[in-house]
Amino acid sequence: MNGAHDLGGMHGFSPISQADIDQANIEEGKSRNFSSLWEEKVFAMTLACGMLGKWNLDQSRFARENVDPAHYLNSTYYEHWLHGLETLLQEKKLISKQELEQGKSNSMSSLPASLSAIKKEDVSAILKKGGSASLPSDQPPRYGVGDTVNVANFHPSSHTRAPRYIRGKKGVVVKHHGTHIFPDEHAISGIKIPAHLYNIRFEPVELWGNSRIGTNSVLFVDVFEPYLEDPGG
Amino acid sequence: MSDDHTHHHNAPLSEIDQRVNRLQALLIDKGLINQAAMDELIDTYENKVGPQNGAKVVARAWTDPQYKARLLNNATSAIREMGYEGRQGEHMEVVENTVGVHNLVVCTLCSCYPWPVLGLPPTWYKASSYRARAVSEPREVLKEFGVELSADVEVRVWDSTAEIRYLVLPQRPTGLDHLPEQQLATLVTRDSMIGVAVISQPSPDELR
Repeated sequence: MNGAHDLGGMHGFSPISQADIDQANIEEGKSRNFSSLWEEKVFAMTLACGMLGKWNLDQSRFARENVDPAHYLNSTYYEHWLHGLETLLQEKKLISKQELEQGKSNSMSSLPASLSAIKKEDVSAILKKGGSASLPSDQPPRYGVGDTVNVANFHPSSHTRAPRYIRGKKGVVVKHHGTHIFPDEHAISGIKIPAHLYNIRFEPVELWGNSRIGTNSVLFVDVFEPYLEDPGG
Repeated sequence: MSDDHTHHHNAPLSEIDQRVNRLQALLIDKGLINQAAMDELIDTYENKVGPQNGAKVVARAWTDPQYKARLLNNATSAIREMGYEGRQGEHMEVVENTVGVHNLVVCTLCSCYPWPVLGLPPTWYKASSYRARAVSEPREVLKEFGVELSADVEVRVWDSTAEIRYLVLPQRPTGLDHLPEQQLATLVTRDSMIGVAVISQPSPDELR
């Protein structure tokens, strides 16, 4: 979706806050990742609920980005996470709006017996295992290293990992990463379809025109094959 | 756990505290989350996983050419050799800074970051300004971090749009051949592994 989350190249933001940089330097080595207790809680609830397996990472991302753009830009990172978690829990009927407002369970509601909270002793193994995005495919890659490709000019209102600033632009394949779960379909239906994934090199003049902002810099973006078309095609 | 409420520009703290507490109470009431598991998750990323892991990977690459070759060729497996793997580090790439190349990592669409080697991302990495500008004016952004690169250094910006996670292998300061790997690791900063800092030459005091 063309949401406020798709920030690459947007103008008008302040310089990186020196306070944030200093804070980060102070935190360095101590891993002080949260500026308040509620952020810690949102982080932990999001991971713990995600481990219930009722939604995938791409659905989480879509739930966080699918908000009013003004609200997105005016709220903090863990507020995005909180909104996403509340949305998914309701969409999957794990909680109701009324329960959310009351902060307690409605005795009439019931959860599937198969669903139980992640236990402390399982956390470390789940984090260590992670979730590989690799997914085998019989289809050969359409492009090879060195090929020039075009990113299609497309504007889905659903989730996509093709940022706007590369759409309609030309780049060169520098690496083939194999086949990964295609996030666009994964976010919509939960179905895992493999897609070839490439690292594509973009020249600044192609992305930003003749402005001097990208002087002697190059962009590398991981791009799924369904986003690509043959040059001139 | 941190309970010191540093300033926050946009967050109405008391209201959001209540909202989060209501959700937490509901989820515990419903049996969807377990408080001890939540504490374990927070403890993991506050106290166990962080940039000290990535620093050890970098220091080993600086001292062991064969390890460095493996790291640049297959970062996921080379990092796993050091015991770091799992969530948000399933598919790793390491990009090397050299005399002529400086790498910078961003996630314009959200805040993808290599958790097993760097922990959770700093505030500025998740904020709009960095995400918007790292891809279009990387040299300006670097200046704000105090990094001024000469015009002949190529800046390579990596936007983490898929599940590949990037770690920068910073340049090793010169003249440290006598230092053991463990001591070199203490010189490696988190910001240098994101690419918004270069590692400065340590003073004689720091090397004692």
